[in-house]
Amino acid sequence: MMTPMDFLLLVRGPLFVVAVAIFMLGFGIRLVEILMLGRARNFAEPRGSAMLGGFRTVYRRFSPDPGTFERAPFDVVIGILWHVGFIVALFLFIPHVELIRKTFGIAWPALPNPMIDAIAVITLLALFAALVQRLRDPVKRFLSTPQDYLVWALTFLPLLTGYLAYHRMINPYPLILGLHILSVEIFLIVAPFTKLTHMVTAFVARWYNGATFGRKGVQS
Amino acid sequence: MTLGETLERNGISRRGFLKFCVTTASLMALPPTAATAIAEALASARRPSVIWLSFQECTGCTESLTRSFAPTLENLILETISLDYHHTLQAAAGEAAELAREQAMHANQGEYLVVIDGSLPGPGSNPGYSTIAGISNLQMLEETVAGAAAVVAVGTCAAFGGLPVADPNPTGAVPVSKVVRDKPVINVSGCPPLPMVITGVLAHYLTFGKLPELDEYGRPLAFFGQSIHDRCYRRPFYDKGRFAETFDDEGAKKGWCLYRLGCKGPMAYNACATMKWNGGTSWPIESGHPCLGCSEPDFWDAGGFYKALSVPTGNIGGTAAVAGLAGVAAGAVGGYLSGRAKKDARTAHRKVTADELEQKL
Ligand code: SF4
Ligand code: SF4
Repeated sequence: MMTPMDFLLLVRGPLFVVAVAIFMLGFGIRLVEILMLGRARNFAEPRGSAMLGGFRTVYRRFSPDPGTFERAPFDVVIGILWHVGFIVALFLFIPHVELIRKTFGIAWPALPNPMIDAIAVITLLALFAALVQRLRDPVKRFLSTPQDYLVWALTFLPLLTGYLAYHRMINPYPLILGLHILSVEIFLIVAPFTKLTHMVTAFVARWYNGATFGRKGVQS
Repeated sequence: MTLGETLERNGISRRGFLKFCVTTASLMALPPTAATAIAEALASARRPSVIWLSFQECTGCTESLTRSFAPTLENLILETISLDYHHTLQAAAGEAAELAREQAMHANQGEYLVVIDGSLPGPGSNPGYSTIAGISNLQMLEETVAGAAAVVAVGTCAAFGGLPVADPNPTGAVPVSKVVRDKPVINVSGCPPLPMVITGVLAHYLTFGKLPELDEYGRPLAFFGQSIHDRCYRRPFYDKGRFAETFDDEGAKKGWCLYRLGCKGPMAYNACATMKWNGGTSWPIESGHPCLGCSEPDFWDAGGFYKALSVPTGNIGGTAAVAGLAGVAAGAVGGYLSGRAKKDARTAHRKVTADELEQKL
């Protein structure tokens, strides 16, 4: 029978390698395929820098335009809240930084744990509010596919299990730590094949938009 | 002879004895009133028979128990039990020793405690890997435990398999709990366990006649209820993100957290941080070394001792690079194919004139 420690060793060892491999493989395929599709050649004379325009738009689109905010303040605020919270918890929590340091050899300062703890709570609440809103708003509910709920759960679970592990709310500890790692692995495996790809493609698409504007000399 | 009489004869004062009882009570998170109960129970207790079996072990657990400093609670508790059989400590050898074990078993049928250190070759493996007086460990365990009241597995080897179980486990070792099914087994893990934890468990049993409350791993909650990390005095540094990077850098000198040096404190449950070692002198993290998580299952196989707990044990970097490249290659093939399909579609595309459409209508 598998003990919680066996489980932890499995998810920390071979399973993690498998998950990362699938993640890299999947994203490699998707991205390169998209990029290789190419675009029709533009014969018009460029009026500005495509490169610069691209990056400007990647940056600019982080702040919502006023129209969107007025129409859907809830979505904008909650959306920003949990995206930022998720990224901060992912990249600025000490054990995560340590993982990145040992794996890729790069590191940066982390935030104090109590701060990450608070951010995790806010993120969890925001994600939960987003789900409630999705279920209550008739238009959103109509537009939602099963994948939307799946992706929501896959985003929610790593945060929830991470929170439970940090506070040792489920025993034995190797079990909840293992579940946390497992939830991340599922996220990694599923990401390249669902709308979670936007974590990479959103930047590509924005850059492309901006590059077009840049070439035409349009302020984005 | 009762324990009270034994103590008196050995010149241990009533005051010293009560102090022991109070400490034991507080260690086990019992209310202060329990100290009196412990004192009464222990004073009038007849020395219960304890048979200590040593299987595949390194004697570290016995060392831990006996290397405590006098006058200690550990010595005191050794007075309270009748250690009728213990390889390392007994004077008798060979057949005489085995006879002592059998006598103790017969004289105390159903009442004696069996303490075991070390794991043993399991039922499926070659019994010849570990024998005592020609008797296999498994056979000795089964016949000794048959008449016991309870079994205490002392040390990580007895509790979880420890070193003998480490991959590739050449002797097919198993922990005691895998073999003993019909008697209560209490796991006092640690490599070695704290002496006070061993004696505390025995004192609890002597006082209340039953085993203390256990966690998921069969360990007494009183001693294994909190993680090393939660009780570590370096914890404020962990929370602030101040780490020693090497064993002799500035951080190490300032007493910063040892997480990056591989500390397994966050997943280790033991009483080191509160009880300390060597008569309360210090403990591993205080002496500047990360906790190895010695009290946990799979202790020897649970990733590198000096790798941070959150670091995956496999080779991620290399695999990620290879998988990424493979993905790029596969994507390139996919891109090429769809590009070609696009081109084919374009060449195969036949322009339709308005006239032709009209005709079709
Ligand atoms: S030294 Fe180990 S147990 Fe202590 S705070 Fe750091 S990680 Fe936790
Ligand atoms: S500090 Fe950790 S490794 Fe060291 S004895 Fe205590 S539990 Fe075992």
